[in-house]
Amino acid sequence: MIVRTRLSAWFAVLRARLPGRTRLADTDAARIAIGRPDSDRGRSCGAKSRRTDETAVRPQPAPDIASGYRVAVATPAWRYMIGASAPLLAFLIALPAFAGRGFIQELVFVFYMLALAQYWNLLAGYAGLVSIGQQAFVGLGAYLLFALTISAGLDPLLAIVVAGLVTGLVALPTALVVFRLRGAYFAIGTWVVAEVFRLVFAQVKQLGGGTGMSLPISVTNQTAIIKSIQALFNVKASAGRDILTYWIALALAGGTILLVYFVLRSRHGLALAAIRDSDEAAESLGVDNFKVKLWVYIVTAMGSGMTGALIYFQKARISPDAAFSVLDWTANVIFVVVIGGIGTIEGPILGVLVFYFLQTNLANFGSWYLILLGTLAITVMLFTPRGLWGFIAERYGLVLFPLRRRLITKEPDR
Amino acid sequence: MLSWLDTIIQGVLLGGLYALFAAGLSLIFGIMRLVNLAHGDLIILAAYILLSLTASWGIALVPAVAIAALALFAFGFALQYFVFNRTLRIGILPPLIVTFGLSIVIQNGLLEAYSADSRRLSAGALETASFSIEGALNIGVMPLLTFASAVLAICALNILFYRTSIGRAFRATSDDPEIVQLMGVDNRRIYALAMGVAMVVATIAALFLGLRATFDPTVGPARLLYAFEAVIIGGLGSLWGTLAGGVVIGVAQTIGAKINPEWQVLAGHLAFLGVLMIWPRGLFPRAID
Repeated sequence: MIVRTRLSAWFAVLRARLPGRTRLADTDAARIAIGRPDSDRGRSCGAKSRRTDETAVRPQPAPDIASGYRVAVATPAWRYMIGASAPLLAFLIALPAFAGRGFIQELVFVFYMLALAQYWNLLAGYAGLVSIGQQAFVGLGAYLLFALTISAGLDPLLAIVVAGLVTGLVALPTALVVFRLRGAYFAIGTWVVAEVFRLVFAQVKQLGGGTGMSLPISVTNQTAIIKSIQALFNVKASAGRDILTYWIALALAGGTILLVYFVLRSRHGLALAAIRDSDEAAESLGVDNFKVKLWVYIVTAMGSGMTGALIYFQKARISPDAAFSVLDWTANVIFVVVIGGIGTIEGPILGVLVFYFLQTNLANFGSWYLILLGTLAITVMLFTPRGLWGFIAERYGLVLFPLRRRLITKEPDR
Repeated sequence: MLSWLDTIIQGVLLGGLYALFAAGLSLIFGIMRLVNLAHGDLIILAAYILLSLTASWGIALVPAVAIAALALFAFGFALQYFVFNRTLRIGILPPLIVTFGLSIVIQNGLLEAYSADSRRLSAGALETASFSIEGALNIGVMPLLTFASAVLAICALNILFYRTSIGRAFRATSDDPEIVQLMGVDNRRIYALAMGVAMVVATIAALFLGLRATFDPTVGPARLLYAFEAVIIGGLGSLWGTLAGGVVIGVAQTIGAKINPEWQVLAGHLAFLGVLMIWPRGLFPRAID
């Protein structure tokens, strides 16, 4: 298995050297072998810098790429998207000025689901850590928001950020427990940990115990920022809170996509993509799998915690069963990622739009809606395991968030 | 002192119920490494089928169990053959997603069909019968019967596993699903058979679940979690280990409940995490994952 991957990496190197080839390797292992001429600079990151001492298994040297080639990442679709993203962002920021309050609230839902989906996708789709316990961090972040604003008197905006950071801190000891488990055991272990969190928070009487509690009006409607938004848009306090929530959600979703994209573009991302394709091959090429996975786990916990805090700033009422709901914060998120296309950045974006469409049109059907959603996830997994985006990308060669390093010949092929 | 002994005995007997939930799961996990997240819901489905057969159609409990077991064997066989088999051997994610999706579908299907009301099966006077030892320890007949069924089911599965030709095929497929095909074993059929057998055990689990406590369409995942904890504590592919795992969870839960009634479930989860911190592969791992 490992040998085969290595051979194919070598083969890819050889192919790349042949003139007239425009495409480099298809495997990420090969990309690690070729695409990273700077990996010896000694930056200490997930992917260990390759040593050349003779005792170690000798790694593939970076080939000297002839001057007739250059390595490119951008695709035409990416350039169009960059061009379109600035006006789109401006439009979204200005939206509360003319959109109705109901629509704004729905967009908040879309944005926080998108953020959660991106984090779960990074975790499961890239790092291979299939967790069904992300609700642990969503709920923890949410409860931290309540504790920080009510007990410590923090401004909710600041509390959301702090909640995320603290969630990340808590994720570290959690990781030390669940990382002892592998594969399916890991999935079950994360779920058990989330249940432990739920049961523990149900015991904390100061936070409402099993029945939960509400955010006081002073936190939700009377902060300085909400008052200035009120003045700016000339709306009621509750609408002002919606607008603030909307902006935070927009920033969170946008920031998450940027974060995930730049993580994946970095050398960590290269290591992650290699792990996604083959755990063993990545390890054999010098990736420190444990460290990379640990970082991903902590970063996604942090993001999920921040998102959880935001979600419950909007809801303003919390209970252990809702905040640590496996259906809402993990099952639905998994459906979004799987239906959209796991292991891509575009997939969760498409998935959340499909999910939103289904929910707005079918949520009134109650359990039938969930039956449909479950069936859809099963069908997609069985017939197009790479999701809707995988299908589209394959058919039309469309890549909005390019991650692959491709070799381009400067002279056109004769 | 005696009350602690009582607590532990109750815990062991409760562990029997969890082992019964887990036995089918342990079998399929051991043979094909399939993590069936719908197992808890399939047990609840079986409980509702039993309810329909006995309450609506007026069939006596024992023949009803036989009919339900047959129906679920066929259902399990088909489910594995036509659905789950397509997800195996392409990583851990597809089976997880597909069984998770199925779990949601079953839960909500049951909600549509039977409403969210709590239901239970009825077995007349047997439900509350108990006997006492030395006048101090009260042991319910039903919990004892549950534990005995768990031991019997695991004995039967072990005989099937180690003494029959199907069992030999099961073990061989568990060890190497590719090589057995060279020996003329159709591993897809073996997997489907294993799932059918697991569903028969699930029917027995459903019977005792329904007799001992109330159930509603949403309790499956909680049962699943206890069952998984039992399987993982026991070690991959070890059926007696699964019984031991169930007992560990059961005893931890009753001890937790004795200290504070709200800590019952929490104590079980903490015991699970504690055991795994020390033995990440469980107590008696038979196969290598």
